[in-house]
Amino acid sequence: MGRPSESDSGKTPYDFGGTWIPSPLEINRRAARKSRNRRNALIAISSSVVVIGGLILIAVTSPGWKSLSDTFFAWAYGVEVLPKIILGFGTNVALTLIASSCVATLGLSIALIRTSRSPALAPFRILATLYVDVFRGIPMLLVILLVGFGIPALRIQGLTNNVLILGTLAVVITYTAYVAEVIRSGILTIHPSQRAAARSLGLSHFQSLRYVVLPQAFRRVTPPLLNDLVALIKDTGLVSILGVTDAVRAAQIASSRSFNYTPYVMAAIVFLLVTIPLTRFTDRTLRRSIERQNATGVA
Amino acid sequence: MTQPVLEVKQLRKSYGSEVVLEDISFSVPVHTATVFIGSSGSGKSTLLRCINLLDQIDDGSIELDGEDITAVDADVDKVRRKLGIVFQSFNLFPHMKVIDNITLAPMKVQGISKEVARESAYKLLDRFGLHDKAEDYPDRLSGGQQQRVAIIRSIAVAPRLLLLDEITSALDPVLVNEVLSTVRDLKIEGMTMVLATHEMGFAKQVADEVCFLHHGKILEWGTPEQILESPKQPETKEFLQRVHEAGRL
Repeated sequence: MGRPSESDSGKTPYDFGGTWIPSPLEINRRAARKSRNRRNALIAISSSVVVIGGLILIAVTSPGWKSLSDTFFAWAYGVEVLPKIILGFGTNVALTLIASSCVATLGLSIALIRTSRSPALAPFRILATLYVDVFRGIPMLLVILLVGFGIPALRIQGLTNNVLILGTLAVVITYTAYVAEVIRSGILTIHPSQRAAARSLGLSHFQSLRYVVLPQAFRRVTPPLLNDLVALIKDTGLVSILGVTDAVRAAQIASSRSFNYTPYVMAAIVFLLVTIPLTRFTDRTLRRSIERQNATGVA
Repeated sequence: MTQPVLEVKQLRKSYGSEVVLEDISFSVPVHTATVFIGSSGSGKSTLLRCINLLDQIDDGSIELDGEDITAVDADVDKVRRKLGIVFQSFNLFPHMKVIDNITLAPMKVQGISKEVARESAYKLLDRFGLHDKAEDYPDRLSGGQQQRVAIIRSIAVAPRLLLLDEITSALDPVLVNEVLSTVRDLKIEGMTMVLATHEMGFAKQVADEVCFLHHGKILEWGTPEQILESPKQPETKEFLQRVHEAGRL
């Protein structure tokens, strides 16, 4: 739908059966557009070469470049420690999978509690609001330290001292607060008339949520939720502070042995290999959801 | 005399200090249609929302089949199962296909199996000439088609009473007729209805009783002929005069 963009000016938006031959006026317009597009592409390429090439040149010709590339880009050494980093990254992946499913469940529950109006849930609403306010406002590193060192310090029998579990718990606590807010905002964007229509058909409060409000809300918040997932993957690296042997910790160990920072660069690359494709995917989902919303006339 | 389907007694409704409805009393016998006319802001929509318990009333009572639905212990979900309402803005569920919009309540509220619900939904769509739209999403339909689907959705649960709230106000003049003819068909089949409308010609065709609402009060009521052709109150005359002038433009 909508106006054909300049880039596909070669095609016709509608097929009228092939009897139409473009007028000279249209043919001239197309030729003009084509030459303009070619010129624009040329400008984009040359300016990119100048800017990016210039930045590289500045770095490479700087006086410290030689020593920097020795400590950060010792590729042979990097490849040597790579297996350990990848092994550590397995911990990050596992942590992400476990944490994200916990966060999704808890985040949805808190969002539902905060949007409910039932008087019986009033104390839970207050607690949920307090929880979200507190944990959205504390740096995650602090939450990890508080949970990781605080809970074992309680010395309660039966409570775990396992840093991996405590680290995951801290990540879940923090991200649940973020995700609950994203879901709640999605629920609030659904027009009250949708709920009125559902209730007027005899659907209960819960059924209206389940079949009418939440499916629409989730469509709207999928892109921001995917964004949070990308952020979650890299933030799992923070639990290394508790001594969990993840990719960051593995790189730290390797680098402290050799006084070379290449392992950090390798760890960064490993993270990017996962986060960049996911970010692209998120962008595409976002674009699609915008297109879908624009195509919908009546909400 | 048999019991009316709907009986409203001395209903009062206000938003804050603004009184929207006052001393509203009327009853709707089975198989009849009561039409409310009046200018925008006269309280027509509010009245329908009150009957459907979407808004809480301040005083008076509403009885459905002799049962007080405004009683404190009334089961709201159960009451709504007996009432259908069609809104001015359609309010179809945009994430569901037409057929799923229609079968949702029969399946989830009445517990009818998917096969049976779909079969009767298709029958209704057939009857109103929308069979080929069943698998489309609402945004692919014209406004008139959407509103007809909304009507089908609310009658799919076989309500005792159908409330129609200015259902043609958001439509292109060309599309108004297809929606109105759907309502005429329902009337012929004996559906009991309460309508709020700006379409006087239509009111004349379907109404058994016409009520003129003015500043939240029923100022005049009677047969369509009495109210629309020889109104007694000066306010009713003035309102109808304005409607006719607007129609001539």
